[in-house]
Amino acid sequence: MKVPVVQDILNANDQLALQNRQLLDEHGICVINLMASPGSGKTSLILRTIDALREHLRIGVIEGDIASTVDSDRVAAKSVPVVQINTGGQCHLDAPMVHRALAQLPLADLDLILIENVGNLICPVDFKLGEDLNVMIASVPEGDDKPYKYPGIFLAVDAVVINKIDLLPYLRFDVTAFRKLITGMNPSVSIFEVSCETGQGIENWAEWAAKQRKARLKRE
Amino acid sequence: MHELSITRNVLDIVIEHAKRAKAKRVSAINLVVGDLTGFVDDSIQFYFDMLSPDTLAEGARLVIQRIPAKVRCRACREEFTPQDFNWACPKCFAIGGDVLCGREFMVESIEVE
Repeated sequence: MKVPVVQDILNANDQLALQNRQLLDEHGICVINLMASPGSGKTSLILRTIDALREHLRIGVIEGDIASTVDSDRVAAKSVPVVQINTGGQCHLDAPMVHRALAQLPLADLDLILIENVGNLICPVDFKLGEDLNVMIASVPEGDDKPYKYPGIFLAVDAVVINKIDLLPYLRFDVTAFRKLITGMNPSVSIFEVSCETGQGIENWAEWAAKQRKARLKRE
Repeated sequence: MHELSITRNVLDIVIEHAKRAKAKRVSAINLVVGDLTGFVDDSIQFYFDMLSPDTLAEGARLVIQRIPAKVRCRACREEFTPQDFNWACPKCFAIGGDVLCGREFMVESIEVE
């Protein structure tokens, strides 16, 4: 006997992501889910964003890693609330993990939460967390061919931050072609060129993040 | 690693529906998986073999229907399947387009006894 099911396999995760979303809406918090390869500068961008926005916004951070507290220690040194999630081998964060992390953050005292997902360009895309914005970091040393290899993430994000542009003189990375390729795949994407090392371009990125948060608050 | 938790979800859905149908056992599970998702057939099968023993789904056949990606060119409206992740339209060579399908990931049906 055939039994029709037609049920999305990620439904359980999506339902909890929705609960996270409702909780965050109650507190008027905007959440940015940062995804990227290992070593592309996720933590560095978070630290730069904290410096750029901390006078205007109260920021909290959720750090996702397979193991260690190296990243959350760096963030905690900035004196902002941070929760480290160690996934114990899992290659992405999911809604239940973020749900537990949110319980450890002072939500009443926050405007913006930055989530650093596990370093990986594949799986994080498939798991909703309850975020407002999905942002990907693509760093210059990784090469400009990544959109061909990982189309899923380029299709899913609201913004792409090209990091380590201070290395452009030394590496072969065609920024114009890269921009053309990703806007071709995802026409509404915002693109930023930054260097977390020198601070170049950070202001534009941070301004965009703050503006997105404001736009979301108005809509509610 | 990713497919482990996913396969657990699949199994939960299957067992829930099998129980509802008052089935003695599940003989086949029909999954629909889009090519743009990051899920690998062999890996799902591997974890299924690991997780399914001693459940209603033990020994069930996993049938995975892959859905190729289909993209509509934004310039000339041509519909095409990106080959080797080449997102250029084969007709007008414009790059990219809107994804029509390829993101599916669901349990379509089960066969029970």
